[in-house]
Amino acid sequence: MSKDIRIKKGLNINLVGAAEQTTSKAVLSNVYALNLEDFHGVTPKMLVKEGAEVKAGEAIFYNKNIEDMRFVSPVSGEIVEIVRGARRRILTIKILADKEQSYQKDTAIDVNAVDGESIKKVLLQSGCWAFVKQRPYDIVANPDATPKAIFISGYATAPLAAETDYVLRGKEKEIQAAITALAKMTPGQVHVSVGNTETSPFTNINGITLHKVSGPHPSGLVGTQINKIDPINKGETVWTVAPQDLVIIGEYLLTGQFNAERTVALAGSSVKAPKYYSTKIGAEISTFLYASGVNQDKFRLINGDVLTGVKTTPEGYLGFYNNTVTAIPEGDDYEFFGWNKPVFNKISSTRALTFSWLNKNKKYDLDTNTNGEHRAFVVTGRYEEVFPLDIYPLQLLKACMVKDLDEMEQLGLYEVAPEDFALTEFICISKQPHQQIIREGLDLMYQEIG
Amino acid sequence: MKEKLHQLKLKYQGKKMAPAFNALHTFLYTPNETTHSGGHVRAVDDLKRTMNTVILALVPCLLFGMFNAGYQHYSAINGFPAEFSLFEHFITWDNFWLGAITILPLVVVSYGVGLLIEFIFAVIKGHEVEEGYLVTGMLVPLIIPVDTPLWMLAVAVAFGVVIGKEVFGGTGMNILNPALTIRAFLFFAYPTWMSGDKVWVHDAVNLAGTPDAISGETILGYLAAGNTSEFSYSISDMFFGFIPGSVGETSTFLILLGGLFLIFSKIASWRIMLSAVIGSLVMGLVFNGAVAWEWIPEYSKFYGLMSFDFWKHLIVGGLAFGIVYMATDPVTGSQTNKGKWIYGFLIGFISVMIRVFNPGYPEGVFLAILLMNVFAPTIDHYVVQGNVKKRLKRLKNATILPKPSDGKAEELKVETV
Repeated sequence: MSKDIRIKKGLNINLVGAAEQTTSKAVLSNVYALNLEDFHGVTPKMLVKEGAEVKAGEAIFYNKNIEDMRFVSPVSGEIVEIVRGARRRILTIKILADKEQSYQKDTAIDVNAVDGESIKKVLLQSGCWAFVKQRPYDIVANPDATPKAIFISGYATAPLAAETDYVLRGKEKEIQAAITALAKMTPGQVHVSVGNTETSPFTNINGITLHKVSGPHPSGLVGTQINKIDPINKGETVWTVAPQDLVIIGEYLLTGQFNAERTVALAGSSVKAPKYYSTKIGAEISTFLYASGVNQDKFRLINGDVLTGVKTTPEGYLGFYNNTVTAIPEGDDYEFFGWNKPVFNKISSTRALTFSWLNKNKKYDLDTNTNGEHRAFVVTGRYEEVFPLDIYPLQLLKACMVKDLDEMEQLGLYEVAPEDFALTEFICISKQPHQQIIREGLDLMYQEIG
Repeated sequence: MKEKLHQLKLKYQGKKMAPAFNALHTFLYTPNETTHSGGHVRAVDDLKRTMNTVILALVPCLLFGMFNAGYQHYSAINGFPAEFSLFEHFITWDNFWLGAITILPLVVVSYGVGLLIEFIFAVIKGHEVEEGYLVTGMLVPLIIPVDTPLWMLAVAVAFGVVIGKEVFGGTGMNILNPALTIRAFLFFAYPTWMSGDKVWVHDAVNLAGTPDAISGETILGYLAAGNTSEFSYSISDMFFGFIPGSVGETSTFLILLGGLFLIFSKIASWRIMLSAVIGSLVMGLVFNGAVAWEWIPEYSKFYGLMSFDFWKHLIVGGLAFGIVYMATDPVTGSQTNKGKWIYGFLIGFISVMIRVFNPGYPEGVFLAILLMNVFAPTIDHYVVQGNVKKRLKRLKNATILPKPSDGKAEELKVETV
């Protein structure tokens, strides 16, 4: 039974520098790295030491709290450095790649023949589990829970995000294998949302409930879809998987090899020739950034899209979950009377001498300036216009700020992830860090209630 | 200049006076701050722009108030022109000059005292100067009588900013609207100055008792005094604002334009404005009905105001001004959309009720809004509870799947027992 989802509340942020739909092969990176910040809530415990040789797909660390959960190397090579931060916390694991890549060979699995428990075991051991995330808390899924449903968003509406239909083209076989496997771990359904039911690679996949979504961002966010299809109740768990990660899971199940290859969109107004690159998880970003070229010296490089990505540098590494890298101009400059002049070249959710409402399709070249200073919450009723979830955003944010666990629970913190608050953060007149507030709220709740 | 100010900012960084300097700096230049957590881009609107939009919507009222101050003064002395012409009798240099010298000092004192206190608190508490007072400082001169002594205003502003706002933590944290707190302080601390029929026209107080005495009575005052006979102002006088009253509240026409501008620019809530208008009309109709059914004897002291046509309440007194600029204050009003409907309706309803029944002073808008400010959190609480209840109901109907480990824990329990 499919159900169409139409979103009215939201805002499309049209930016210049969308990636052109051609894919080039990125130069091979010398060093690959796993950034442990990507795995929120995982306490890593190393399995190998600095200097060890690993194969692609060989486990290099595991989750201290859930020992079965392993994380593997995307390439074969030598562990050259384990970067540690305060209190010896592991930040980054760097791997010097071999010229000739060698893979750890596991036996391929006939997904139709095995049961959910053994698939779970296989995914945990192979490192593919890291791609399965859960709500509540927006962390790598706890295998000791039965999800009531699994949600996959095959529709990317975030600004300049890689187009799902394009990056998944021709991967139907892998997707089918991954979906069949995932479906065995839930008694519920596997919900997949797509923007266009005809061209999507999910159109002919069996074993899913297909939904067609339309409307402005955040209609493509999985959180919006969960809220509209089957909202999470206290005590329930749902799993989410990003579509590009289904390919890696599927390929592993079909071949027994962990292949970290991925098509990445390089976008943003600071990139001379924005387009797609095929590279691997953990590759140094400069290996494809400079192939496209950059326009200016001062730009912000983002692992992910402009709303939810993580700041990085050309020497940084492609994030574990990202298939978009964005470069936009830094905005560390003053603007004379910027607060009262009429504004034509920036996006606004109001019409207070701002004119982005005149042309909804105009593309903007936004920089990283906050366009104002941090203030207490003052204005009300604005967030609701871009927040389609059945939740009171301002009240939930305030509950998180005062750390009121009861209220956080009552107002629906279980249902949200920081990314759901990216748009309210974008339009926030008081320039409050919404995503950080929600993340801290979720962390507190996880710690106190689990 | 940009570079020099940047150097100065770095020099002052971390020092005690930094907030004061930054306030002036950010007034000239939008700061060079970039995003450092969460999303990397931000929309252009900030609090300064929001507040600035409200001030823009207030400027016509202020200018009109200046002309009207002169017009009322000269008309009270020389008699109202028999055939009113806008450019001959109203928009004249004489009127403007008199208005400017009486009203600009009020604006200067209001901003001067209020911003000084804001700066002092910002420096003491080490936070940035917030923009809330930019609007408050503009509202205050518009809601007081033209002849309010400056020292009274200064005392009231100091009280309103400190007690109405800063003790709660500054802009965004206050429970009561600061401008109305200032107005209420004036009203209760100096009642003889703030009510009666002398303060609404410039010089009426000074001339009282002399052979040149002039009347400065407002329409509401006239009606509350029990007069039921027709007064000399026409409906268009009331709508366009050629009547005595507080400085900026008289022109319903300009307030309407300002309100439409605020709704169009999405700065103020149309829900509050609309429901407040409905609320006041309903209350007015109830009173009119009471008169029509002869429940109220003609000698009753409420008869004058109760028989006043219900829709006319909107074009006299401060009701329109209060609805457009005061009730829509996002900090002290209801924060949920459903709550805004209830909040606005009650403001309109109670305003007219107090206006009619208040024995001492025939106006109730500021009291009604202050009262609803206090109840706004309660309204929001019940609206939000609706959402919470919905969630709980959903939970009740849900079947929570057991964890695989729950079974094992059960087994262990059985074994140990």
